[in-house]
Amino acid sequence: MSGTPNMQQLRVSGLRKSYDEREVVAGIDIEVRGGECYGLLGPNGAGKTTTLKLCLGLSEPDSGEITMLGLPVPARAREARARVGIVPQVDNLDPDFTVRENLLVYGRYFGLSRAEIDARIPDLLEFAGLAARAESRIQALSGGMKRRLTLARALVNDPDLIFLDEPTTGLDPQARHLIWSRLRQLLNQGKTIFLTTHFMDEAERLCHRLAIMDHGRIIAEGAPRALIERHIEPQVVEVYGEGAERWAAEFGARAAERCERTGETLFCC
Amino acid sequence: MSAMNLALPALSGRFIHVWRRNRLVWRKLAIPSILGNLADPMLYMLGLGYGLGAMLPEVGGMSYIAFLAAGTVCSSTMMSASFEAMYSGFSRMHVQRTWDAILNAPITLDDVVLGEAVWAASKSLLSGMAVLLVAWALGLVASPLALLVVPLVFLTGLAFAGLGLIMTALSPSYDFFMYYFTLFITPMMLVCGVFFPVEQLPAWLQGFSQLLPLTHAVSVARPLMNGAVPPQIALHLSVLALYAVIGFYLALVLTRRRLQK
Repeated sequence: MSGTPNMQQLRVSGLRKSYDEREVVAGIDIEVRGGECYGLLGPNGAGKTTTLKLCLGLSEPDSGEITMLGLPVPARAREARARVGIVPQVDNLDPDFTVRENLLVYGRYFGLSRAEIDARIPDLLEFAGLAARAESRIQALSGGMKRRLTLARALVNDPDLIFLDEPTTGLDPQARHLIWSRLRQLLNQGKTIFLTTHFMDEAERLCHRLAIMDHGRIIAEGAPRALIERHIEPQVVEVYGEGAERWAAEFGARAAERCERTGETLFCC
Repeated sequence: MSAMNLALPALSGRFIHVWRRNRLVWRKLAIPSILGNLADPMLYMLGLGYGLGAMLPEVGGMSYIAFLAAGTVCSSTMMSASFEAMYSGFSRMHVQRTWDAILNAPITLDDVVLGEAVWAASKSLLSGMAVLLVAWALGLVASPLALLVVPLVFLTGLAFAGLGLIMTALSPSYDFFMYYFTLFITPMMLVCGVFFPVEQLPAWLQGFSQLLPLTHAVSVARPLMNGAVPPQIALHLSVLALYAVIGFYLALVLTRRRLQK
């Protein structure tokens, strides 16, 4: 049923959510198909994490419809979460437990028996690259290891749909690459991934399709290459450093058709 | 306050997963925890009981140390359940974000709050039973009726767990809990018949003490430990049950409001 290619894993329409008069999600539509990696790309404060929470039934929308794995959310969100894996933005591993115990206890929340979980743990540890650290306390792990453990933990129920909220924020470059390779592995197994990120390289590299979100709205959607072709000129010159602003005023504005400034960097096309 | 927040609790056996998780943590720290739960009530029960007891005639129809033992069974249950629901619950909910992790699984907040309440009551059961055992070892327990104090302790634990979880849902920090201890717990220790009979209080205060859960716990425990069936036992148990149920419901509503905006 789930995991069938092209079957709708997640569908969102007309989703709205406000906090204290401020509209954080301002009417968005999303459709995630089986076997793809769908990304929500946007700056901090765009409403990505709120959207994720709404999709999982952890927050109540003001209006709109959400269907996850064919089940209505939030009405049957709990049931849907039985077949979903979630990697949150902030690690919430159990500091009182070892690596192995974290996986065991989490597996129990899904109603798995001790025997079933014990059978899965070796593969999960292998996937996370933590086979040698099974009995380590969480505090002894690096940031990258904790994130890999959180990812392995999200797979304890063998889900077909996995949500990741900014999976590589705060990780060093090597750790990022390890996470990306693991996600690639999951996609090759036919799993569906929904991730939020503010890293454009991550979105371009991993996502089959992505939606660009800002101020609660989806302002563009499509495959990464197609989005680039549609909205950005073929050549972009990036200028930064001492005197960049003066250069822009003297040359850039005249020499380029379009000149955008972000902080101390200029993008000229 | 939305309709979803006010919805009646959907109870299910899934709460046991949360309970088991807490128990697994406790097992790692069991010895210091047991000692901690035991030492405090033991010290003042023995200190005050023998110290004051030697100077006092019969209090409430029994020796002072027997009188105090029954009060201490209830007060230690109250302290244990309250501490667990507040300090430990807050650590899990807010500092470690454990509840957030659990909610990512097919477990609802109803299950989490119920699991936490039953866990706090379970811990308080150990506490109350430990004091009961010491009382029995000292020859202060007159009859097998005292065995009924065990379920009473669990019910009392549930009542205070529910109230404690309300505070956890409202609290911005650990410091906030001091209000609860100073304004509610400590006064209860003094007016609910733990250290001296409620009849010693002025009439208006006696009436007020009848509204407090600890009074009702003591009113059942003391006769039972002395070999008598408490008069009005149904009333006392109902009050405790009401505190447990309403406390749990309010805690759930407030926790929903806090975590699931």
